[in-house]
Amino acid sequence: MAARPPSDPSSVGRDILFDYLLRLGDDALILGQRLGEWTGHAPSVEVDLSLANIALDLIGQATWFLNRAGEVESKSRDGDRLAFHRDVLDFRNCLLVEQPNGDFAQTMARQFLYSTWQLLLLRHLTGSSDPIIGAVAGKAVKEVAYHQELAALWVVRLGDGTDESRRRMIEGLDWMWRFVPELFEMDEIAAEAARKGIGTDVTDFRADFDRMVDEVLAEANLARPADQRPILGGRRGHHGEHLGHLLAAMQFLPRTYPDAVW
Amino acid sequence: MNDWPLWEVFVRARGGLSHRHVGSVHAPDGEIALRHARDTYTRRMEGVSLWVVPSASITASDPADDEAMFDPAADKIYRHPTFYSIPEEVKHI
Repeated sequence: MAARPPSDPSSVGRDILFDYLLRLGDDALILGQRLGEWTGHAPSVEVDLSLANIALDLIGQATWFLNRAGEVESKSRDGDRLAFHRDVLDFRNCLLVEQPNGDFAQTMARQFLYSTWQLLLLRHLTGSSDPIIGAVAGKAVKEVAYHQELAALWVVRLGDGTDESRRRMIEGLDWMWRFVPELFEMDEIAAEAARKGIGTDVTDFRADFDRMVDEVLAEANLARPADQRPILGGRRGHHGEHLGHLLAAMQFLPRTYPDAVW
Repeated sequence: MNDWPLWEVFVRARGGLSHRHVGSVHAPDGEIALRHARDTYTRRMEGVSLWVVPSASITASDPADDEAMFDPAADKIYRHPTFYSIPEEVKHI
């Protein structure tokens, strides 16, 4: 990313908004792409459609956020340009969304944790001082309420299902749990975005998140996973090995045929 | 999933209309069947209300009994309300 000129306050504000939009957009884009990997491979054709529907909702959100990011940046990059022509280090998604699908239980563990957090975030962002963020949040909050509900139903059914489904659900939650603290990280950009009213202080809804997660885990007859050493860094471009592979699949076509159109 | 039961899906297209049968989904239980029905049959604003019914709960007529079940109605024209003249003021009948 370009160096930021700290002397010009309006430009600093714009950079904060740009970075914040990338975080929102990249979360949705990367999780949408991950879910898309299930297409044709899900346990049943109905689940295939459910996962693809969620993926498309998320990619729709990403399109809005990244187009807005391009507009704010004013360097003639639109959402597609940002999605397909940035490298790993320039992505600002949280590490949770780039985690591999694993089995269906692992995918549902990731979806449940992310959608629960995203639902609470979007509820707060409906009042964003940025009109696009506020409007997109208002629309997306209904989509995400459904994602959260569906994922919670599956966590309960797998967790409180057969011995095998229970084991897989526990393993899936264990895998994803160490990426939850990053969701509630308030670094400088997040704090500044909250101060300006663009974003929100995510620690404000940590208790709500814990309550919602605990309710579903209790219904699933599952214990909350033990806290592990948190892994942070996605918001600053420090990603795991998985994101590079995802981007290679996602970006291959537009990079190989830069002028390709539908 | 071959071991998931089948559910029949009924969609109400808009308020005031009846639920109509649109197809079926596999699901482990009614709650998930409702979501599968939503994701499969109402993606393009086809409905405002959904029912799912276990297919096994439906008692269906046997095609082998068609003659006994349905043919006797064929020559009972007096059962059709076609022997009344409709006043011109009455519309939409």
